[in-house]
Amino acid sequence: MHIIESGNVAAATGVKLSRAQVIAAYPITPQTPLTEKLSEFVEGGELDAQYIPVESEHSAMGVCIAASTAGTRAFTATSANGLLYMNEQLHWAVGARLPIVMCVANRGIGAPWTVWNDQQDTIAQRDVGWIQIYCNDHQQIIDSVIKAFRLAQSVSIPVMVCYDGYLLSHTYMPFDQPEQSKVDTFLPKFAPTHFLNPDDPANFNTVTLPDVRPGLDGKMAPGYIEIRHNLQEDLRASLDVYEEIDTAFAKDFGRGGNPFVEQYKCEDADFVAVCIGSLSYQLRDVIDIMRDNGVKIGVMGVQMYRPFPNQAIIAALDGKKCAIVFEKALSYGNQGALYADIKSALYNSKDKPLVHNYILGLGGREIKTRHLLDALNESCTAPETFGDSPRWIGLKL
Amino acid sequence: MRTDIIEIRWHGRGGQGAITAAKIVANAAFVSGYKGVVMTPTFGTERRGAAIFTSLKISKNKIYDLSPIATPDMVIVLDHTLLEEVDVTAGLKENGLVVLNGPKPVSEYTFKGMKVAVSDITTHSVEAGLPPGIINSGIIGAFSKASGLVDIDVLIDAIEKEFSTKRPELNSKAAQIAYDNTAIGGM
Repeated sequence: MHIIESGNVAAATGVKLSRAQVIAAYPITPQTPLTEKLSEFVEGGELDAQYIPVESEHSAMGVCIAASTAGTRAFTATSANGLLYMNEQLHWAVGARLPIVMCVANRGIGAPWTVWNDQQDTIAQRDVGWIQIYCNDHQQIIDSVIKAFRLAQSVSIPVMVCYDGYLLSHTYMPFDQPEQSKVDTFLPKFAPTHFLNPDDPANFNTVTLPDVRPGLDGKMAPGYIEIRHNLQEDLRASLDVYEEIDTAFAKDFGRGGNPFVEQYKCEDADFVAVCIGSLSYQLRDVIDIMRDNGVKIGVMGVQMYRPFPNQAIIAALDGKKCAIVFEKALSYGNQGALYADIKSALYNSKDKPLVHNYILGLGGREIKTRHLLDALNESCTAPETFGDSPRWIGLKL
Repeated sequence: MRTDIIEIRWHGRGGQGAITAAKIVANAAFVSGYKGVVMTPTFGTERRGAAIFTSLKISKNKIYDLSPIATPDMVIVLDHTLLEEVDVTAGLKENGLVVLNGPKPVSEYTFKGMKVAVSDITTHSVEAGLPPGIINSGIIGAFSKASGLVDIDVLIDAIEKEFSTKRPELNSKAAQIAYDNTAIGGM
């Protein structure tokens, strides 16, 4: 059934349908309505879960780590500085291979304080080892949350489901709520092979040594570097796992089919705009205007950012004249993070496109169609002369 | 530029329920076959009593651009005292429509080159039995009459659903009285 609600409610509904068992969260704008909704679901008996209010985001992730270690399906959500405050626990959650799912309503980072949208918060967490999925609308939010729980428990790696603060979190639009019975079939119960059990005491995540060593059972146990190597291998392998999950979801629910990138009018395009999140949808209308003016251009949204879908990026951009990367985040002191990742992926492609980088929308600066048109025209008119430094859109210096 | 999107800007004060009203219209429009509806509140500065606005876009097709409305087809003003502090017609398209909750006859309000529809929602809502100050259901009736965009019966269903635990019949009665008492003028 379709309902018209906010992106935060879409996320909360996905968590309810996924039957999360433990929710721990600390309020922060613009995520707060998500966890408020979940507390209503729990209080009203619609969701059989423990809702644990905590005094900080660091503790929220700590509770999720404990709950997941005990073998329950755990969820939290945050934004911006709240996510950064969790950082140490984020590393722990993934090192301990716990299938926690977290929504992040993307918001700019202080100082100076801003409550408005950009994507610096999650992009800055790209190297912790969590899987990162980004959404373009409310349907993708609710569907991605459900897929994320299955992915997390399939590969024993936590997943962040990210969506633009305010632009998606507080905007209302229609979306379909999957039926509970179908979600129950799609998402099997979480049944970990190892979990903290008072009837069968065990130590988890104890100190490892630089080298391998025999365990109590006499078998050689991996050292730290082997464990970290396995994480990397499993993260790379999770690309295929996610593709399978997305295919299964499309079969059951009739939606999906673009697990890594979502392309619009790219097939015959010479130029492809690339970005993450709702901006890739906003750009569709701009692409149509450019097309009316005779420019062969398309737009591609990157849906999965970690693990980075290198092959999908190459398949989409190899042979194009120019990829134009728009980012609401920056690797300060260098370039846009997505821009650098895309150039790195394309280094191994046969017919490399030129790649341009624009920074825009930081701290919620409104992204106007006129600005996007100006930038695209600038890139398409003289693509060879752009250079390797990001250009900024909409600055009022 | 897309020409299939109808843009409606709602002006109210924090706490008057403009966002809820726009959400009800969004629901009713969706039920009426507008598959693209997007309602984007002003972000971050909502305070009780302060002037706020919210953007509602309606189309038969999916809407991709979530940015605030700059050139509305119509504006809905929940509180006539806002006219003194906000330029509610900013960007309003030529021959656009202003729907206003105001106490005076329609001839007293002029917006150059615009249609105007007036209903004394504040009074009609009390006649319907609502406590003074509840105006966001009534304004929907005036919107329906003036715009003709969404049928009043569909809107009344959506009102009763939204206010299912908050006097649904009185809220729908307020919308009906406002619908029957909306005067249209201007141009």
